[in-house]
Amino acid sequence: MDYEAVIGLEVHAQLTTCSKIFTPSSTEFGHGVNELTDPVTLGMPGCLPVLNKKVVEYAIMLGLATDCQIRKRNRFARKHYFYPDLPKGYQISQYEEPICEHGNIKVRFDDTVRSIGITRIHMEEDAGKNIHDPRSGTSLVDLNRAGVPLLEIVSEPDLRTPAEASAYLKTMRKILRFLEICDGNMEEGSMRCDANVSVRPVGETKFGTRTELKNINSFKFVEKALEYEIARQIAVIKAGDVVIQETRLFDSETGTTHAMRSKEESADYRYFPDPDLPELKIQKSLIEAVRDSMPVLPEEARTKLIEVYGLSEYDADVITAERLFVDYFEEAFQICSNAKATANWLTSELFGYLNKEAIRFEDCKVSARDLGTLIKLIETDVLSGKMAKVVFEEMFNTGKSPEQIVEEQGLKQITDPEEIRKTVTSVIDENPTQLEQYLGGNDKLFGFFVGQTMKKSGGSMNPKVVNEILKDELEKRKG
Amino acid sequence: MSDITFKSVSEIRQGLASKEFSSVEITKAYLDRIEQHKDLNAFVSLSAEDALADAKLADRKIASGEAYSLTGVPIALKDLMLSKNQKASACSNIISNFISPYDSTVVVKLKEAGAVIVGKTNMDEFAMGSSNENSAFGPVKNPWNKECVPGGSSGGSAAAVSARLVPLALGTDTGGSIRQPASLSGIVGIRPTYGRVSRFGIIAYASSLDQVGAFGNSVKDCAEVLEVISGHCLKDSTSMQLEVPEFSSSLDSAIQGLRVGVPKEYFIEGIDPEVKVSIQAALTKLESLGAELVEISLPHTEYALATYYIIAPAEASSNLARYDGVRYGKRAEKASDLLELYMQTRSEGFGDEVKRRIMIGTYVLSTGYYDAYYLHAQKVRRLVKRDFDLAFDEKCDLIACPTAPTTAFKIGEKVNDPLQMYLNDIFTIPVNLAGLPGMSVPCGLDAKGLPIGLQLIGKPFDESTLFRVGHHFEQATEWHKQLPPLS
Amino acid sequence: MISKEEVFKIAHLARMAITDAQAEHFSKELSSIFEHIQKLNELDVSDVEPMTHVHGVFNVFREDQVEPSLEIQEVLKNAPDVNGQFFRVPIIKDHDSE
Repeated sequence: MDYEAVIGLEVHAQLTTCSKIFTPSSTEFGHGVNELTDPVTLGMPGCLPVLNKKVVEYAIMLGLATDCQIRKRNRFARKHYFYPDLPKGYQISQYEEPICEHGNIKVRFDDTVRSIGITRIHMEEDAGKNIHDPRSGTSLVDLNRAGVPLLEIVSEPDLRTPAEASAYLKTMRKILRFLEICDGNMEEGSMRCDANVSVRPVGETKFGTRTELKNINSFKFVEKALEYEIARQIAVIKAGDVVIQETRLFDSETGTTHAMRSKEESADYRYFPDPDLPELKIQKSLIEAVRDSMPVLPEEARTKLIEVYGLSEYDADVITAERLFVDYFEEAFQICSNAKATANWLTSELFGYLNKEAIRFEDCKVSARDLGTLIKLIETDVLSGKMAKVVFEEMFNTGKSPEQIVEEQGLKQITDPEEIRKTVTSVIDENPTQLEQYLGGNDKLFGFFVGQTMKKSGGSMNPKVVNEILKDELEKRKG
Repeated sequence: MSDITFKSVSEIRQGLASKEFSSVEITKAYLDRIEQHKDLNAFVSLSAEDALADAKLADRKIASGEAYSLTGVPIALKDLMLSKNQKASACSNIISNFISPYDSTVVVKLKEAGAVIVGKTNMDEFAMGSSNENSAFGPVKNPWNKECVPGGSSGGSAAAVSARLVPLALGTDTGGSIRQPASLSGIVGIRPTYGRVSRFGIIAYASSLDQVGAFGNSVKDCAEVLEVISGHCLKDSTSMQLEVPEFSSSLDSAIQGLRVGVPKEYFIEGIDPEVKVSIQAALTKLESLGAELVEISLPHTEYALATYYIIAPAEASSNLARYDGVRYGKRAEKASDLLELYMQTRSEGFGDEVKRRIMIGTYVLSTGYYDAYYLHAQKVRRLVKRDFDLAFDEKCDLIACPTAPTTAFKIGEKVNDPLQMYLNDIFTIPVNLAGLPGMSVPCGLDAKGLPIGLQLIGKPFDESTLFRVGHHFEQATEWHKQLPPLS
Repeated sequence: MISKEEVFKIAHLARMAITDAQAEHFSKELSSIFEHIQKLNELDVSDVEPMTHVHGVFNVFREDQVEPSLEIQEVLKNAPDVNGQFFRVPIIKDHDSE
């Protein structure tokens, strides 16, 4: 019998606000242990939460980007469990009333497009970090991360293969990054993913028993973890056993999953509306204000690149990988008006150099304006393609503008017919033997005269014009 | 009676202004008196050094004409109010060593106003109790009869003001914890409208019911301190963005024609006949002062207690989850793993009543019971509030009724019967459920010489009317001038 | 009626160790309290909106601005056990958050 997998993902996206969700403590990375805490973060007696407005705006933004309905009435609820990284003994989250519901996103995968349902998106606070030290038999608690805002994005169980799940995750990351509300860095934990997985015989419509997969802390591991777990479940069923509903941890060292704990009794979180936080009423005006402030989304950008700029799907996919690329492309295009050339220079030359030199796009010295200008210089015959590459290398290394480099190195292409004619004439006059042979029928020597002319001009003459004038001058001598 | 510790706040202010005495002198006098009546167990910690330094500063301010209404006036805080670098334990073992790294908003406001904080008062652990017998620091004695309780949970604050150990004290009122001890201790106690005073820096019992208020020996004293501590606070999302009226300046306005609602449900069986007689006499007095008595009905009163004993413990079980021995507080010593650390720390740290309420709260929020208990209670709570809304909309400007069904009872008398203990609060709890302001003013003594309190309940944010009516009542009676039989 | 077993279960959820005798005692006490609480079932509240905030306050926000953190000495001064700047606890096992 053949089996298929049913996968739903829960993504936790850390938001890029400056301050925490319920307190003005900073969210920056890289500070000393417990140094980004305040009485609220520490769950000190007497502390109260006050909601960061930006978190609500970001949640609405993601809701709009994923075609969700934005709930008018929202409440925060307390989710109770005891754990050292959870200072209050409860996490402030949303339970029955999430801010966004019933959405979907388009996921492109293997030349097909699938719509994957978004069940809900809700706001909550992150927990701190526990570090376990089995040697000393202790665990250490750092609460810097406690209270950092998160959006939990729950997908419908619409995904069928690990590759599809991975494509969904990448698409979601792209959306978050385009909106600039999360940096999507799984390795650093600013984007985290849990998966609900079950298998069933192909053709079956009911779901099988699912397991929850945790600790998939890198894009690399998403497919690996799912593949392992799906194979494990199929093997369990084929052996005549049943899959147990449980939480399983992925171990990236072994590429396997293992049960985190046996759930004799499922956790009882004792949710109830947080009495310290008044209700949220999301007004239309707020939704519209957020909508107006929204940047272009990856899908919209892709369509525009193909339909308006005439780029290939491949180029459009490469450029829409990051919002920065799209912005860069558009700015460069504004200067040179040649979309194809802009795409080529961006994706082959610039990305090639960045790759080779291992430089991040953000740190690139070539501005979009300058790249646009360079292309324009080619378009207007100021530079030859060959010269442009030389100029580009200089731009990449120094960050100088193409105009400045052309000026400094005298690289400007000569197109003046009179000047070219002078050089051509002198080249012909200096090579009487070759002229005689040419006139005698050796057409191949035309290339010799071109080469000599270019050499004499230091390669700075426009080859097209050189060709024309040379032809003209040689013709004259045929007499 | 010329002792400076028997003065009202305005008399203290005059005395300070006219240099009859200094803030340092009066602070010392109160500290001496606290020491003299240590047996009442009203205070759990004193900050004499800081208080005298603050008093000195206040004297300088007064001399340079920069004094506010409370500059140089001593005040005591209930032990659940956080004051930077001072202990705050909520009278619980679990945080008996906790030193606050920050100031509560009320403390910030008191400091700005120049008040002199002399120390922290005893209370029922985490404000759970009606007798102040649930304190890790032992019970407080009622200054009127040291064998009796002063009421609770703000029993230390009430006893301190009643015994003139301090002219003013702050308390919190979640189910009656200011009004009931005020009544049992023969003083004035105001619980303002929910949202009037910031809860930031107040150790939480039940977030949707807790409210900070004050004790004084007169309505005017309470009005003055409430003016100082009230106001919108950016750190408390439930505090209201409203102007704070000058409560103390409109006390004398006439009460002629004010309609005083008398809820028939508050004169039921179980109420002490002597209390009933005194309340009726007080109502007659109000009538004679020009108020109009109207009978009203608050039909859901009988459900208030049960509603409260779902909502308050539910919120408390959640609010007290943070006391786990990880970041602060006392940790059990022998724990070998984390689970044991939690179990032992919380078992050793919490007292019986706190445990009882955590158990109730955990139960009503647990899977399968939430709808039947918590959600149901939140619906009944709306009905309780609706009763008041209707009465205020159609019939009356304020409500008058007993504060507590009995006068002070003997220490130990009710400790073994939680339900009997809870019944102390049947007249005060509806006010908390509806988020209203309530005040208790002395209105009599029973045959044993124990005080009786009249409860005035106002419309939301209409503390002014309560103060006005209470003040007129005080002017026409001598009850608030009665002193407990102390040296 | 709240059984002793239920009492143990609740006490575990609330992370409070109790003895057998205490469980017995709580079982009786809680049962009598819940008997009183049952009184609420007399009321039909199917059409009543549960109360959220007593004055109906909504949309209370703060702007996304950072204020200084607490000094590290202040963060740690109340801690029962620390290691460097960390809070320290006995080692966490998988079942501990259950």
